Amino acid sequence: MVVARGLRKSFGSFEAVRGIDVEVRRGEAFGFLGPNGAGKSSTMRMVAAVSPPSGGELRVLDLDPAQHGSAIRGRLGVCPQEDTLDTELTVRENLLIYGRYFGIPRREVARRADELLGFFQLGEKRDAKVEDLSGGMKRRLTIARSLINDPELLLLDEPTTGLDPQARHLLWDKLFRLKQQGVTLVLTTHYMDEAEQLCDRLVVMDGGLIVAEGSPLQLIREHATREVAELRFPVGEHTALADRVADLAERVEVLPDRLLLYTHDGEEALARVHERGLAPVAVLSRRATLEDVFLRLTGRTLVD
Amino acid sequence: MSDPTERVAGRAPLDTATPEVVEPGVAAMLGRQLDYWWTVFRRTWKGSVVSYFLQPWLYIAAMGLLLGGYIDDASSGVGGAPTYLDFIAPGLLAATAMQVATGEVMWPVMGALKWDKTYYGMIATPLRVVDIVAGHLAFAMFRVASAAVVFVLALAVIGIFSSPLGLLASLGSALLVGLAFATPVYAFSAGARSEQGFALIYRLGVMPMFLFSGAFFPVSNLSEPLEWMARLTPLWHGVELCRMGSLETWDSTAVVHVTYLLVLAALGCWFAVRRLRSRLVV
Repeated sequence: MVVARGLRKSFGSFEAVRGIDVEVRRGEAFGFLGPNGAGKSSTMRMVAAVSPPSGGELRVLDLDPAQHGSAIRGRLGVCPQEDTLDTELTVRENLLIYGRYFGIPRREVARRADELLGFFQLGEKRDAKVEDLSGGMKRRLTIARSLINDPELLLLDEPTTGLDPQARHLLWDKLFRLKQQGVTLVLTTHYMDEAEQLCDRLVVMDGGLIVAEGSPLQLIREHATREVAELRFPVGEHTALADRVADLAERVEVLPDRLLLYTHDGEEALARVHERGLAPVAVLSRRATLEDVFLRLTGRTLVD
Repeated sequence: MSDPTERVAGRAPLDTATPEVVEPGVAAMLGRQLDYWWTVFRRTWKGSVVSYFLQPWLYIAAMGLLLGGYIDDASSGVGGAPTYLDFIAPGLLAATAMQVATGEVMWPVMGALKWDKTYYGMIATPLRVVDIVAGHLAFAMFRVASAAVVFVLALAVIGIFSSPLGLLASLGSALLVGLAFATPVYAFSAGARSEQGFALIYRLGVMPMFLFSGAFFPVSNLSEPLEWMARLTPLWHGVELCRMGSLETWDSTAVVHVTYLLVLAALGCWFAVRRLRSRLVV
């Protein structure tokens, strides 16, 4: 669906994307993960055929975006980071008008609009003005709008940023269903739980480069341990105490407020900590998450 | 760190055999935007109807009839027109076309780029930059045309035109004036980061032209350098053209006026697409 090789994007002297290789396959959910400024959105805009690459090669739906941008965009759904809804129109009008831009006949657009309003639980709001909607509803409408042309590939740039937990879970459910229906998803996010929930495969970007690639599980296996034990001591003691537990874990990380012990068995590590007479204020044993991988790869001081 | 471009160069290029792709023309893309502009029209026509329908009558009454009464008492004919009303009617028509055209492509364009970001929604569809510009300009010209038709009909009612041909010539001239203003001002708006520039356009462009480009008095009344400045403004060419139409006093200089306005419109189009592209496709 998307193939990029050595893809670059510069704005003046600033290189937002510094040569990345990506391949997105039909039917999968593919994630770009990274901190702000990692080059995710620049990459998405190039894939969306609204931003000419500065270097490298890019094929989207087997077409060259520089030559066939319009044709590519006709087969894409794009949910931008910022809503671009027409706030003075009603919910349904936004869908109808957008569908017309794709050259879909009016009757067909109306049918799809009603279907999408149902799917995204916006039926009751169909005649409400967009400016009266909540943030979560606007987001759902933006995604509904991006599906009006029945796209083969759906691009979502930070789809749930700024939403409350209920709204996020509702959106995840909808996106998961779309995936089940065979829609290829490409999304960017800096939420690890979102990436773990939705992505079959993902790349971690940092400073315009890809620093890791794989399924969420693979990444955790490669870049973290199975479990993490967290130890919380009084502020200021963490650095000194790190040495005393260094041999209990494969890796110990010192944070300002706690120590992280990367280990196969969190409970076991905690027990050993207690055996040594250390008395943390609070402890937690948990599974390693993509967040651990992410923070390790994209920066935070580490004590290996 | 290795240079990624070197890695690309070292590998076989991506398959570049492209299936035949036929893109719709601008006219087809304009059709796709019809529903959008129709909703814009439905929600804004009430606000504009007052200014379109009332304003011509106010100007005609105040300046043409009341002020004109004094002027006509003191002189016999102004700038080749039998009465002051005959003189300023086509001037006001051209000035109205200018004002409607510029108003339609300043704040609405800024809104579509900065506030509502509707252009960013549009460019994510098969619409291209040129289609978006064409759609917005077409709507602006529709507004100009509505205002001009209303104005021309009002003028016809008070007997300004001696023949239908004069009416049509004036109307056509007004449309040309609208186009010559809409396209360069659109280009300005498409690149503007804030709306502050619009006040400048009004104060340094629209208002001075409105007052001094021959709509209200012959520019020959100005001192020579100012007269030449006035003759360089697009509105002067538009006013002259509209006046030739309504008074039916055509001569070969009409070609100069039409050419000037057409060239300005064409340059405006080119810049408009260019500047909007540098905004939307980055």
